[in-house]
This record gives sequence, C-alpha cells and structure tokens, in this order.
Amino acid sequence: MHLSESVSTGFFFLAPWLVFAPVIGLLINLIFGKQFSEKMVGTVASLASGTAFVVSVLLAYSVSLNHGEVVRWKLAEWIHVGTLHLDWTFRVDSLSTTMMLVVSGVGTLIHIYAIGYMHEDVRFKHEEGRFNRFFLYLNLFIAAMMILVSGDSYMMLFVGWEGVGLCSFLLIGFWFEMDTLARPSWANSNAAKKAFITNRVGDFGFLIAGFLMFWYLGSFQFDEAFKAAPEIAHSMPWVIVAITLFMLVGVAGKSAQIPLYIWLPDAMAGPTPVSALIHAATMVTAGVYLVTRSAPLYTLVPQAQYIVAMVGAGTALFAATIAVGQYDIKKVLAYSTISQLGFMVAAVGMGAYVAGMFHLITHAFFKALLFLSAGSVILGLERGHHAHAHHAAHDDHGKKKKEGKHASGKAEGKKEEEHGHGGHDEHGEVFDPGDMRNMGGLRKTMPVTFWLYMIGTLALAGIFPFAGFWSKDEILLDASLHFTSVYWQLTIAAFFTAFYMGRQIWMVFFGEARTDAAKHAEESPKVMTVPLMALAVLSVAGGALNLPFEGFHNLGHWLGHTIGEVEGLPLDLKVAGISTALALLAILISWFIYGRNPLKAGQIDPLKKPLGFIFTGMEGKWFVDEGYFAVIINPFNKLSQFLADVIDWRFWHDFVHDTVIAGTYNWLSETALNHYADQKGIDGFANWLGTATQSVSATLRKVQNGFVRSYALSVLLGVVLILGYLILK
Amino acid sequence: MVPVNYYVALSAVLFTIGALGVLIRRNPLIIFMSVELMLNAGNLAFVAFGRSYEIAGGQPFFSGQIFVFFVIAVAAAEVAVGLALIVEIFKARKNINIDELNSLKG
Repeated sequence: MHLSESVSTGFFFLAPWLVFAPVIGLLINLIFGKQFSEKMVGTVASLASGTAFVVSVLLAYSVSLNHGEVVRWKLAEWIHVGTLHLDWTFRVDSLSTTMMLVVSGVGTLIHIYAIGYMHEDVRFKHEEGRFNRFFLYLNLFIAAMMILVSGDSYMMLFVGWEGVGLCSFLLIGFWFEMDTLARPSWANSNAAKKAFITNRVGDFGFLIAGFLMFWYLGSFQFDEAFKAAPEIAHSMPWVIVAITLFMLVGVAGKSAQIPLYIWLPDAMAGPTPVSALIHAATMVTAGVYLVTRSAPLYTLVPQAQYIVAMVGAGTALFAATIAVGQYDIKKVLAYSTISQLGFMVAAVGMGAYVAGMFHLITHAFFKALLFLSAGSVILGLERGHHAHAHHAAHDDHGKKKKEGKHASGKAEGKKEEEHGHGGHDEHGEVFDPGDMRNMGGLRKTMPVTFWLYMIGTLALAGIFPFAGFWSKDEILLDASLHFTSVYWQLTIAAFFTAFYMGRQIWMVFFGEARTDAAKHAEESPKVMTVPLMALAVLSVAGGALNLPFEGFHNLGHWLGHTIGEVEGLPLDLKVAGISTALALLAILISWFIYGRNPLKAGQIDPLKKPLGFIFTGMEGKWFVDEGYFAVIINPFNKLSQFLADVIDWRFWHDFVHDTVIAGTYNWLSETALNHYADQKGIDGFANWLGTATQSVSATLRKVQNGFVRSYALSVLLGVVLILGYLILK
Repeated sequence: MVPVNYYVALSAVLFTIGALGVLIRRNPLIIFMSVELMLNAGNLAFVAFGRSYEIAGGQPFFSGQIFVFFVIAVAAAEVAVGLALIVEIFKARKNINIDELNSLKG
C-alpha cells in the first residue's frame, strides 16, 4: 500500500465531483424546481446521481490502473490548529471506490424509480408540490454519503456520517404531518425524531472514539492513526479497545445493531425509495464500512473483534425472529435489513472484511430490489384501492371533495378529502396498503413485480446461484472456521430469513386476493420496473464478484489493495450445503403453513396458535420498544419533568430567581437604595441644605433693617474690629 | 517744623467728628458734610505723611499729595451724584429724613 499525493495517470482529479455533481443537481432543482415539470426534476436529480456514478467508475478504473495504489486528492484545508490538521481530502482506494460504486449505482437506479413512485405517492397524499423536495433530499443524501465514503480522515467521515443522518431524518419525516396511512398525526415525525436521537447516541460513541484516537494516536487521518496504533496497542492496549468499542457504539447506531437498532423499523415511515436507498442499501451500511476502514485497529484487539462479531450475530438472529411475526411488508424487510446488517457486522467483526463488504454489496442489490418491489406492491394496492373506491363511490366523491374545500382548518379539509380518496375505504375504515393481510394473489395482477420480488427473495434467502448465496456463505464459512457460536447464530438466522421471506411471498403473491384492493391491484409503470430489472440482474449475477473458486476472488483481490491481501477461501460444501438445505427447508415449512392453505380474509396468522406467546413476542418485536420506554424513556421523561417542575420552576425560578435574586434586588433597590440611600441620604442632605439656607437667611434678614446709619455703624464697628485685631496682634 | 504727630492727631479728631456726624445725624446733607470731613481727615493724613516722607528721604516724593487730588476728585464726583440723588428723592417723597428712607428693609 503506497501513498501518493501526486498522480501520474487516471482521473483522480474528478474525485471532488462525487460531491459536487449531486450538489449541483440539488441547487438546480432548488432554484428552478418550481418551474420544472416532475419529469424534469427527476431527470436532473437522476443525472446528478448518475454523474457521481460515472465519476465513481472512472475513479475505480484509475485505481486499477495504479494497481490499487491509494490516492489522496486534497481539495481544501479545513481546520489547522496546533497539531490538528484536518483537510477535505478525497481518499480514492479500492475500498472507497467500491462504496462509491454501490452508493451512486444503486442510488441512481433508485432515483429513477422514485420518479415514478413519488409521482403517484404525492398524488395519493394530495401534496403534489412536495415532489421536488424529495429529490432535493435524495441528492443531498448522495452528496453526504459520498463525503462519508471518500473522506480521508475520521472527521471527514464524520461530516458525511452526520450528513446522511440528517438526510435520513428529513426523509423519514418526509410526510411529517401524517402517519403511514396518511391520517393526520405526528407518527412519521416521531419516527424521524426517534431515528435521529438514536443515531445521536451512536454518534456520541463515534465522537468519543475520535477524541481518544486524536489524544492517543495523534491524528484523525486514517494512515497516520493506523501507523501509530500498534505501538499504543503494545503499551496501552485498553486505548485501542476503548476506541474500537466506542466506535462500535457508533456502528450500532448507524447500522442498526443491538441495542440501537430500534429506529430502523420506524424509519419505514419514509417513502419506499428512501427505505431502499438509505435504510437498506447505503446509509445503514456505513457502520460496516467504518469497521472495514478501521480494520488495522480492530485487528490489534481480538477482544473487541469478538464483541463486534457477537453483537452482529446476536442482531442477525434477534431481528430475524422478529421479522417472522410482522405483517407490514416493509417492516418485514426492515427487520430483515437489521438481520442482514448483523451478518455484515459479524463478518467484519470476525476479521472477514472481504466477506462483509461482499455481503454489503450484494445486500445493497437485493434489498434495494426487495424494498422497491415492495413499494411497487404497495402502490399497486393503493391504485387498486383507489380505482375500486373511486368506481364504487363516484357520485359521493365529488360532494365530499367540495365539502373538504369549504372546511375551515387545513387538517380538517385534508381529513375530509382523504376520506373520499386515499387511505380510507368508503365505510371510513383505514385501509393499509402495506399490510400483507390485505394482499394475496398479486402474482396474477402484478406479474412483473412478482418475478422481481421472487429474485430478490431467492437472493436474500441464499438460494444457489443468486448473489446472496455466495456472500452469505462466505460469511458462514468464515464463522465456521473461527467462531462456532457466531456460525450457529448466523445459520439459524439464515433459516429464519428464508422462512420469513417464504411467508411473505406466500402471503403477498399467492392464494386469493383478500381485499378488493388486492383484486384490483395494477402493475407499476416502466419507469419503476426497469430500474428494478437492473437490480434484479445484479441480484442474480452479483455473486460473480467474488466466487469461492481459485482465481475468482475478484473482490477479495481488489479490496486486498486497501485492507491487506487475504487468501480467498474455497467453497466448503458442508457449510454451503447446510445453509442451502436449511433455506430450502424453511421455504418448504413456510409453504406448509402459508402456501398450502392460503390465508383467508380476516384469518389470524396460522403460526399464532401453535407458537402461542412466542409468536406474540415476535409480533410485538419482543417488546423492546416497551422495554426502552420502561427502562429509559419513561424515567427520562419523569426526570425531565422533575427537573423542569421542581428544579427549574420551583427551585430555580420561584426560589432562586424570584425570591433570592429578585427579592434581594428589590430589597436593595427599594429599601436600601431608594429609601435609605436616596430618600434619606441624598434627598435628605439636599433638603437640609434648603432648610438650613432658609433658616440662616431668616435670621440674617433682620440685619438688613433699612436704616442707613445702622449700616454705617456696622461698617465702623467692623473697621474698628479689624484695626483693633491688626494693632493688637 | 510741626511734627507729623500733630497732623495725625488733628486728622483723627476730624475723622472721628465726621464719623459721629454720619452715625448721628439724619439729614443727608449733614451726613454728606460729615463724609466730606472724613475724607478730608484722610487727606490731611496723606499730606502730612507725604511731607514727612519728603523730608526724611531727602528727595522730593509727592505720592501723598498726588493721592489727595484723586480723593478730592472722587469726593467732588460723589457729591455731584449724591446731591442729585437727594434732590430727586426730595422731589419724589417731599422728605429727606434718612430713617424714613428704609424701603430696602429685608
């Protein structure tokens, strides 16, 4: 691994355009967005993201031209204080370009998809003006994510880290004034706040790790910190352990690991492209990237690696069990994402960085595919619901709209309109287009989406030869060699993965339609399905990046330039066989439960009866949120209440401020200063002067009696006195 | 030559008579005369001292005599103003008793 500041060949000078391109797209849409049509807005945003992808490809090509040499392209000085030297430097190496390709590639496809998706979404929610805003946020996200993956120091990475957190917040709360079913409520903004605050906890860990790093390793810059690390690890091993573990807190926040994963399921409140882009494919993998980037630190402390691996494996298994009990199509995928992120974190924790990154890439493909297909399903149902409701109550509809317009409050009007239009059916009941119990039989009405979803499912379940099979097996193989407990946890998680995906497929696409909406569901337009096809191709063929055969460890070789060459493991038929057999078994079981006797409308989940309270636990997400409420949030609220009411209001405001400070001041000003000092002191003296003058003059006026001769006598006496004094002196 | 003490004694006697006149009499004309008497008592002292200085120093030294001319000039001016006032007061009040001219009483 060499460092070079001057570059001879390649397109490294283009590196800043990774960030500039999306920002320019953002600015164009920000300034001219109001005049642009929706297509134009979407095209500009997609082109901006596409430009970043082209730049990423050129950078990757340049890196390969330079045989994997690290190139640091300094754009600007940022902070230079004392020994702290922070620059905005782009780090172009095989690891960062890999991330850039994934982010901009998948990102661009999702941009294109979002043109179609948001077109309908804003109409179902009657907020056409918000179309532009969505693409502003998306471009901002791409820019922030590029800063994250291209940063050359932990602080630059942190800038991007916070930037994507902000975009995540903005996009989860995109429909901030409603809940996921478009009813007026603060549910979505609460979800956004939950994500942001939970991430703040993680960021706190990240910052502590950063400060420790600067204090003990002397730099935020990757290479310098890594160079100083072995010596410190020798003299003060706890420092490196602390850095890596605090970093793990950051990873747990951003990559949704135990115990901070709770924000990710709620983040599904954002529009589906957001769930795909930010909360499945790119942002949440930032933690995995961070650990991979910090590989030289983690390698020094096996204890920390073990903890990381256990956290990842535990998360993988835990989240997979919850996914089994969910009914919302996106919630299942959300828990699946947490589970898969657990796989990646476990992999990088075990030191299997290539396997982790490999899974990150393939997961980005197939999970984006699944999420976007789920979005297509939801919109399909929404269309079906809308068309059906519209048809059924056409006369009623116009009247209600008019009433809505006349309603005074905006929220009232919106509620009234929605009643006629979208989320509610004609009886005023809420229709949830994301609830799998409302689906069924969609393979006939939405065939393209069905096949795409199938590909994504098979890839996620790890069925040969889809991408997920290769990447997941590489992780399992590594685990089986190093960490048996991790291996078993991940294998069971893989079993659950296949099971809940099978359950989802049977519930959504097979059987009979359980609602009118599902019956009338319509296929999505090409602008949505074509990007999905591209993702589907990647989900099928993505495994070719790193096949477990001699000479095919392309990704391992490529990343080896950055994180050190590792020997590619050959395919282990036992591990692959067990996981494939378990996956197939799981799908078979899911067919027995959900496929053979399809769910009827209104029927409870057939697993509920045999599993009893276990299923209730899975359904209720093991009541972790409730646990957090009981252990942290409620006591915290009580503490806040106490601090606000007793400490701040009663003690500080009423006692300290009103009684002590204001009272003392009042006493000082009224009694001491006003009454004594001013009235009695100063005024008293002035008045005394007046009265004294008056009384003196009253005495003296008697002297002026008007008799000239008496004056003359006084003068004479005076002269006699003075003369007498002078003489007798 | 008459010694200076005699002149000073005469001057003192004249001054005292003048002062008593001022204090005792109520007619402003008399008071004026008494004031004149006091002034001239002073003049007499000036002249007497002036002359004795001249003799003692051996050189002519006329400051005492010169000052007397100033005093005579001032006295003349004073009498001019004073008599005019008295005439005007008499015209206004038909009375020049000094004890009754007490409108400046405090």
